[in-house]
Amino acid sequence: MKDKIAKWTLLVIAFSAVLALLLITFFIFQQGVPLMFKAGLKNFFSTQWSPTHGKFGISSMIVGSLMVTFGALLIGVPLGLSCAIFLTEFSSKTVQKNLKPVIELLAGIPSVVYGFIGIIVLVPFIREHIGGPGFSVLASSIILGIMILPTIVSISYDSLLVVPGTYRAGSLALGATKWQTVTMVLIPAARSGIITSIILGMGRAIGETMAVIMIAGNALKIPHSILDPVRTITSTIALELSYSVGDHRMALFACGTILFIIIIILNIIATKLTRRT
Amino acid sequence: MFKIKPKTTQIIAYSVLLALTFITIAVLVFIILFIFKNGIRELSWSFLTQPTKEMGKEGGILPSIVGTLLVTLFSIIIATPIGVGSAIYLTEYTKGGAIRRIISFGADCLAGMPSIIFGLFGFIFFVIMLKMGWSILSGGLTLAIMILPTIIRTSEEAIKSVPNAYREISYSLGGGKLDTIIKIVLPTALPGILTGVILGIGRAISETAAVIFTAGSSLNMPTSLFSSTRTLAVHFYILAREGISMPKAYGTATVLIIIILLINFIAYRLMHKFISKYY
Repeated sequence: MKDKIAKWTLLVIAFSAVLALLLITFFIFQQGVPLMFKAGLKNFFSTQWSPTHGKFGISSMIVGSLMVTFGALLIGVPLGLSCAIFLTEFSSKTVQKNLKPVIELLAGIPSVVYGFIGIIVLVPFIREHIGGPGFSVLASSIILGIMILPTIVSISYDSLLVVPGTYRAGSLALGATKWQTVTMVLIPAARSGIITSIILGMGRAIGETMAVIMIAGNALKIPHSILDPVRTITSTIALELSYSVGDHRMALFACGTILFIIIIILNIIATKLTRRT
Repeated sequence: MFKIKPKTTQIIAYSVLLALTFITIAVLVFIILFIFKNGIRELSWSFLTQPTKEMGKEGGILPSIVGTLLVTLFSIIIATPIGVGSAIYLTEYTKGGAIRRIISFGADCLAGMPSIIFGLFGFIFFVIMLKMGWSILSGGLTLAIMILPTIIRTSEEAIKSVPNAYREISYSLGGGKLDTIIKIVLPTALPGILTGVILGIGRAISETAAVIFTAGSSLNMPTSLFSSTRTLAVHFYILAREGISMPKAYGTATVLIIIILLINFIAYRLMHKFISKYY
């Protein structure tokens, strides 16, 4: 009897995560979707964003988000994969044990601190040595690239680690060098884990808000070069939510809806990939 | 045609990997040292214990420290029982199957959700619909949902790694399932579960986007769960972005980084102790 009650109570508790997700989905959509239809999809996907005058175009922000996310991947993926490969294949157990928590510490640093470092160090550096106003696609990509490192390193690391030792031994026994083993055996074997890490890193980059607000410049136009300022979907929400009312607020929830859909799609892909292995 | 020997490629690849790993570590060290170098001299007893004056230009950060503690504590009190309960269900009561897949997918989606989405949700649901206003309550509840997946995942791993023999011995001595879980499995998995809780605390403390729209940014000392408050991360964001006071911003960032370093260190030690015992 006691065990039965416990089982059912625990089942209910276990569904809280799902319930929370459903509540979030419901409220974001309920607040955001009506505006998309009220404004019309043509208006919603135009480039004119002036929500107090009935213009709700979010195209330039979508382009902005995609640009900084792509930039972040260009920086984060090679760095992150290198760390994961170096740790699993080229370093001793002691180095591994000490370096992995250090890299994971990067995930613990608050995003506002990254943004701050961006303003104080990176933005002036770009302005003086590369050009443009400093607040730019480039600055955002570099900071986001660093921020997604822990995601990429720890998931790729785990997937490289579970490749059976016999694969390595077999390849080395055939006379391959360690590097040949990495590129021809280990990376293909750990492929789905590595792709998952990149997809989840992408999700982090697209969803990051506070750091991007501080360094992207937030100008409302499609950037022509990586030195131009840019505004993302997330920064628009965070910049305008506190003073928005009526349709304007609903437009921000519509931005949230788009972001939500992107994140869920990325998560579904990641879940599918992980299950296949 | 000219062809590089595999041995040479190996050496080049090794050097490049070493250099890139070094760069990653260097970035982390740089961030921490840079904040410390500029902020450590701002730290003093009065900075930590004085109320904030003139929007943060003068005075200390006591209200933000209290606010951070209350919001974080509240979120942990809510999220820990739910997270550990979910983990117990997932490990002890299901063997794969649809229910498990649904719950796991839910937890994974929550884990990957950007904090601004939690901010939007908390704002419309807790602050406006449930009329809790900008308060410790709204902020704490929003953060509780946000850190739930961290606690579920870590507790799940910890409970999974309790050797099955422990359970079997308990059953063979006549212990029921629930007794076995409470008296044998949970105590054994405790360090691992605590690691999850501590990592959750870390996430809550460093969060900005989700709390600024739910707990608000009041600089007054909170008097009840319905008071609006400003956490350290939010205070730092406002100081830095509005350029109110750079020295105070550095000081607040230093406090934040010290807390985060401590939390990660404790979590790492606990996990380590746990792992070396059961693997």
